[in-house]
Amino acid sequence: MSGAILSFEGVTYSYPGVQRAALDDVSFELEPGEFCLLAGLSGHGKSTLLRAACGLVPHFHGGSFAGRVRLAGLDTREHGPARLGTLAGALFQDPETQLVMSSVRSELALAQESRGQSAAAVARGVEEVALALGIDHLLDRPTHQLSGGEQQRVALGAALAGRPRVLLLDEPTSQLDPVAGDELIALLRRLNQESDTAILLAEHRLERCLSSADRVIAVRDGRIAHDGAPREFLEWAAGAEPALQTPGAKLFALAGLSPPPVGVKQARATLRRRGLLGEDASGGVGIGASGAAGGMRGAGDEDARGAPEVVRVAGPAARVRARVRARGGAALEVRHVWHEIPRGPAILRGVDLRVEPGESIALMGRNGAGKSTLLRHAAGLLAPTRGRIESSGRVALLLQNPGDYFLHDRLDREASPPALARAGLRGLEDRNPRDLSGGERQRLALAIVTDGEQDPAVLALDEPTRGMDRLAKAELAAHLQTRTQSGQAVIVATHDPEFACACATRAILLAEGRVIADGPTAELLAGGWYFATETARILGGAAGALAPESGAELLAARAATTATPLEAIG
Amino acid sequence: MSALRRSSPESGSHAGSGAFGRFAPMLYRPLASPLHATRAGIAALWALSLMTGALLLYHPLALAALIAAILLAGYGAGVGRELARALRTALIIGLPIVLVNVLVSREGLTVFARLGDLGPFGQGNLTVEALAYGGVIALKVTVLVLITALASLAIDPDALLRICRRLSFRSALTTSLAVRMLPLLAADAQRLAEAQRTRPDGAPRGARARAALLGAVVAGSLDRAMDVAATLEVRGFATAGRAPRQQRPWSRHDLAFLVSAVAVLALALLGRLTGVAAFTSYPLLHVPFGVGLLVLCAALALSVLLPFADRRGIEL
Repeated sequence: MSGAILSFEGVTYSYPGVQRAALDDVSFELEPGEFCLLAGLSGHGKSTLLRAACGLVPHFHGGSFAGRVRLAGLDTREHGPARLGTLAGALFQDPETQLVMSSVRSELALAQESRGQSAAAVARGVEEVALALGIDHLLDRPTHQLSGGEQQRVALGAALAGRPRVLLLDEPTSQLDPVAGDELIALLRRLNQESDTAILLAEHRLERCLSSADRVIAVRDGRIAHDGAPREFLEWAAGAEPALQTPGAKLFALAGLSPPPVGVKQARATLRRRGLLGEDASGGVGIGASGAAGGMRGAGDEDARGAPEVVRVAGPAARVRARVRARGGAALEVRHVWHEIPRGPAILRGVDLRVEPGESIALMGRNGAGKSTLLRHAAGLLAPTRGRIESSGRVALLLQNPGDYFLHDRLDREASPPALARAGLRGLEDRNPRDLSGGERQRLALAIVTDGEQDPAVLALDEPTRGMDRLAKAELAAHLQTRTQSGQAVIVATHDPEFACACATRAILLAEGRVIADGPTAELLAGGWYFATETARILGGAAGALAPESGAELLAARAATTATPLEAIG
Repeated sequence: MSALRRSSPESGSHAGSGAFGRFAPMLYRPLASPLHATRAGIAALWALSLMTGALLLYHPLALAALIAAILLAGYGAGVGRELARALRTALIIGLPIVLVNVLVSREGLTVFARLGDLGPFGQGNLTVEALAYGGVIALKVTVLVLITALASLAIDPDALLRICRRLSFRSALTTSLAVRMLPLLAADAQRLAEAQRTRPDGAPRGARARAALLGAVVAGSLDRAMDVAATLEVRGFATAGRAPRQQRPWSRHDLAFLVSAVAVLALALLGRLTGVAAFTSYPLLHVPFGVGLLVLCAALALSVLLPFADRRGIEL
C-alpha cells in the first residue's frame, strides 16, 4: 500500500450544470511532510482540486465526480468533509468568511468542540495552536476587530487546531499586504519543518514561496500539466506556460542564463559566482541610497512632532514632470490634506500631491498607511478635515471589490457599448457580470466607473490586482497604459511591486498618513526590501532595473564588460 | 486649472458614509470590568433579574433608581458612552409611548386638556393619569433598553451560546453566526453603497434602482453564506455533538453578581408585595412616597452597583 497522505486517482469532476470538466483525469500523490505548490492561471482548477482533497467536492458542491481521492486512506466518496476535516485543515482566500465565531478563543475551539472533544482537550488544543502561531495575545480579541493578516492567522489556527496531517491552502495571501503575506508563508514553512504537516498550497505569486517548496504541480485546463521539483517547474514554465514564470526565472531566461533560480538567494549566488552581480549590487539605489545620492529634501521640517522626511528622488522622469508642472494644468492637486477621525487618529497628515495629465502613479505603503483614504478624498467620497483638493475633471475611482458595482444581470445594462468596447468586453453584452472571470470583472467595473460623456481626468484604482494571476495583471497594466497615453492620469494603490513597475512611472510611499518617499518607480522600487520587485532584489537595485527585461539588459551589459557572452556563462 | 471641486477647512466633514466608522453597532468587546470578568451565565442571570425587577415595579422613583444604577453600572463596566447612546434611543422610543397613551387612554379622571369630539375616537380628553402611566411604561422600556444594551456590550455572546450549545449545538451555532454576520452584512451594504456613489451619474435613484441594489446585497450575502457554509463543513459542523461542559472555578465576581441578581429580584418582589413601591394610575393618580420607598430605592441601586466596587482580578 502506498504511503501517500493524499492521493488522486483519475479524478474527473464537473460542477452542476456545467459541461466542461473542472478537473480532468487528475492523478498524483502527496507524501507526508511534503510541501507542494499548486500553480496555474485563474479558473484552471486549483481551487477545485483543493476542494476535492477535503471532500467539499463533491459532497458540498454536487456535480459529477469520477475517480478516487484518498485522504490518509479514507475515500472521500464515502466520508464527508466533517470526517475528513480531522485529517485535513483547509484555508481559503477570504479570511472574513472563515471566521464564524465572535472571539478568537471560540473560533479556535469550535472545530474541536464540534468533534466532541473534552473541555480539557479543547482548552489544551487552543493554547497550543495559539502559541504555535504566535496569536496567544489575540485569544480574547473579538474577531471583527482583527486586521486581515491576523484574521488569516486565526483562520489558519482554526484549521490546525485538530492537528491535521495535511494543510490545504487556497491563495491564503491574496487578500494580505506583502508583510502579512510573507509572515504567513514563513509560518507555513515552520509548520511544515517542525511538525511534518504536508502542505498543498495554491498561490499566484510563486516567487514568494517557491524556495520553500519540495515540489510544484502545474494545473492547466483542469489537467496536471507538470509535476516536478521547483527548478524543473521553472524550466517547464519557460517554454510551456510563460505566465507562470517567476520574475527571477524570466530574468535568467532573457539573459540566457541557466538554470532558472528558485528564489532571490539562489539567483544572487549564481550571479556572484559568475561575476555578474556587480560591485554596487549590495548597496543598490534604495530609498536611502537614492536620497543620499540625489539629495534628500525634508518636507516636514515645520512639523514640531518630528514628521518623517520625504525623500525626493530626482531622476529623469522627475525632471520631465517638473517641466510639465511648469506649464501648469495639473490633473489633480492635493494640498496639505488632513483626514482626522473624531475622537480617533489622523489617517492623512498634511498630504501634498500633484498629478499631471497622462501621469501614472503607484501609491504604496503598508495596510493602514492611508492609501485608500487618499483615493477616496481624490474621488470626493470623503472631504478633508483640513486642506484642499482640486482636479481638472472627474476623478473616477475603482474600489477594491469589482463585484460591488454590479446591479444587473447583463453587461449591457451596467455600462454603455462604447465603455464596454473600450474595456475589451465587446461581444459579452448578454453575459451576467457574476459569470465573468476575475480580470473581466475588473474591466467591467472599470467600464462602469469611467462610463460617461466625458472621460475622467483621473482614474484611481484601489488594490485592483487582488487574487489576479500574472496574465490578468499584465492585461490590466496594458489597459491602464492606453488610458495614460490618451491623457488620463492614473493612480493605483497597490501592494504589488511587480504591478507597480508594470503600470506606473512614478511611485509614492505612504506611512502613517504621510508621503515618505516620492520619485520615479525605477528608482524608488529598486532598493527596497518589501517594496521592491524580485528583479530589483536579485540585482540589488542596480541601475534601477525593476523588470526582468531591463534586468536582462543590465546583465548583458555586464557580461559585455567582462567580455564573456552570456550564452557561454549559461 | 479649472477646479471642479474645492474642499476647504470650513467644509471639513465626511462627504459620505464609506467604510470609515459610521456604523458602530453595540457589540461585545472584552474590557477590564467586573461584569466582563463574570461568567456569561451569571452575568445573563443578573441582567435578567434587573429586567424582571423593572417589570415588577411601577413606582417611578424605583424605576428611576434602576435607570440611574444601570447607567452607573455602564460606566463601571467601561461602556458608559455606549449606554448614554442607548438612553437616547430609549427616549426616542419612550416619547411616542407617552403621547399615544395620553391620546388613547380614557381611564383617567383628571383632565388637563380637552380636544373636543374626535368622531369615532370619542371625546379627546387628555388626563394626568394617562400621562403618568405612559411615563411609567416609558421608564420600564428605558430600563429594558439599557439593560439589553449593557448585556450585549459586556456579556460574551460566544460564552453564552456555548451554554446553549449543550442543549442544541446547531441552533446555538446558527445564532452565533447570525451575531457574527450582522456587522459583516452591514459593512457589505455600506461598501456596495459606496461603490455605487463612484458611478459617473452617482448612485442610482428610484424604486427599481433600490430594488436592484437590494438584490445585489442579497446576492453578495448568499455568496458569503456559501463560503461560510463550506468553512463550517470542513470544521465538522455535520457531525457536531453536544459541546463539552467547561469546568471553571467560581470567581469573586461570579459570586458577587449572583448575590446581586438575587438581591435585586428579592427587593423588587418585596416592593411589589408589601406595597412599599405601590403606584396607582387609574382612575386617580396615587404615587405614595415614604422612607420605606427611599430605602428600597437605595437598596436596589446598591445591589446593582456593589459588584462593581470590587475590581480585583479583572485586568485583561
